[in-house]
Amino acid sequence: MSENLWTRCNNCQRILYKEDILENHSVCPACGFHFRLSASERLAMLFDDGRFDVVDHGVCPLDPLKFVDSQNYGQRLEESQKKTMLPEAVVNAVGTMGGIKVIIAAMDFAFMGGSMGSVVGEKITRAVERAVKEKMPLIIVSCSGGARMQEGALSLMQLAKTSAALARLEEAKLPFISVLADPTTGGTTASFAMLGDINIAEPNALIGFAGPRVIEQTIKEKLPKGFQRSEFLLKHGQLDDVVPRKNLKNYIVRAMRLFLNRPQ
Amino acid sequence: MNVSEDFYQLEKPIVLLKEQINALDLNEEPGKKEKIAALRLDIEREWAKIYPNLTPTQIVQIARHPKRPYSLDYINNLMRDFMEIHGDRRFADDPAVVTGFAFYKGESVAVIGQQKGRTTRERIERNFGQMNPEGYRKALRLVKMAEKFGFPVISLIDTPGAYPGIGAEERGQAEAIAYNLKVFSILRVPIVVVIIGEGGSGGALGIGVGDSVTMLENSFYSVISPEGCAAILWKDQNSVAQAAENMKIRAQDLFALGIIDKIIPEPAGGAHIDPEQTFKNVDKVLSQTLKKLEQKPKEELLEERYQKFRKMGIYVEK
Ligand SMILES: [Zn+2]
Repeated sequence: MSENLWTRCNNCQRILYKEDILENHSVCPACGFHFRLSASERLAMLFDDGRFDVVDHGVCPLDPLKFVDSQNYGQRLEESQKKTMLPEAVVNAVGTMGGIKVIIAAMDFAFMGGSMGSVVGEKITRAVERAVKEKMPLIIVSCSGGARMQEGALSLMQLAKTSAALARLEEAKLPFISVLADPTTGGTTASFAMLGDINIAEPNALIGFAGPRVIEQTIKEKLPKGFQRSEFLLKHGQLDDVVPRKNLKNYIVRAMRLFLNRPQ
Repeated sequence: MNVSEDFYQLEKPIVLLKEQINALDLNEEPGKKEKIAALRLDIEREWAKIYPNLTPTQIVQIARHPKRPYSLDYINNLMRDFMEIHGDRRFADDPAVVTGFAFYKGESVAVIGQQKGRTTRERIERNFGQMNPEGYRKALRLVKMAEKFGFPVISLIDTPGAYPGIGAEERGQAEAIAYNLKVFSILRVPIVVVIIGEGGSGGALGIGVGDSVTMLENSFYSVISPEGCAAILWKDQNSVAQAAENMKIRAQDLFALGIIDKIIPEPAGGAHIDPEQTFKNVDKVLSQTLKKLEQKPKEELLEERYQKFRKMGIYVEK
């Protein structure tokens, strides 16, 4: 038996045939655990026939603060670029979903935890502006630990920049569907991820402003079970729905048809 | 942190000089004016020795100084007839932020100020200036009223960050901040933001989108607190100084990065040594900025506000 044909589910610990997971949209066939998707897997899953054109690919990060912790930020960027084969933590792409021309910005957690620095902010903003210019619905799939510390306040300002762009999308009366995947926290949640006409999440995704550890240390109490998970947010009125991955595309297409008044 | 790095140790000579001034101020005696002037000069001399070598960590200590003027001090000294309004009409009133209307230079303004407490009891009541979602929604209610009546908004920032609590998450802390960012960006009246102390991350930015963003010289503005950054990237609290250094949180750094428009000078020793002078310095910038913004046609104001934030970020196009 070849080792790499098999994998262990992070949740139920069962040993599973990799092919079975992939055929099941990277969801564990035994327990329903949603494995994290890369940006390209996400785009391939959402666009019709898995076909799309990547845009804004040339926007690349710099190390404006010359930030050094245990490693140079520049080195970290290079490593992430090598590992993911991506220039940054978000990919913008244009294509059709259910025959409707849309732009999707999909974040990739493998690139420095999907954190938002100048480039992620710029690309999200460009995706919004392209939606306005070409009168397309916008879909953002968030998967991010928040603002990127290594770009300091420049990262923080991306919250303002992306949200301001979304205010213009709203004035243009175009739909924005925000999909929150595990995890979506910090500055990403406190900006574009929570500003959809509808905000939906995959099951059991960690979603919040502050990280659970920070909250625990602040209040010095144990956190309630299921705290900051999709189902918890739905119950507290912070999400429109929790949508399992296998229904995600269909859900988004249905929502767009309703928003655009375009029955099948 | 060792003693020599501690700002509270460094400032001792200045505090002693200031105490002498205060004592002189209490009673009339011959040569009082000259004596005070001489002591002020001494403060300036002491400050000139300390100031150029201050580290970002020490700036953070000044920004968090328990005697530093807080939002209500500015409001009460610079404005008249301040009328506080309370509550978000949805859940509660948030004492970590004061909102209301006042006359400034004879004109109605809407004012928002993150508020810390002075005594232990007040500090707890004000939640150390850490807002909950209802605070952001109270501020939102205020700015929508300002838009309705055509008043400019003055927003004073001084917070370690938005409150990380269970209730805050349940009630949508992230959404409350995000929604403010969106609404402030297209609000059809001028917004003037002044960072007077701590500019703590999204918690600060949630009332911090405006046409003009200025900063007191010894305040700081940061994506995460130096302590938070040290805990995540260095995994220890001995690296707080390094984190503060690396993140470029000081006014002059942020000015160079195009994040703030102006630095408001502080008197020798910092704002807390001479609050009266600090109020004057803030007053000057505030009134000049408002005058300029109020003359702008609305569409121009809004386009410039959009472009101001649109341009923020440093990257390369390949
Ligand atoms: Zn499983």
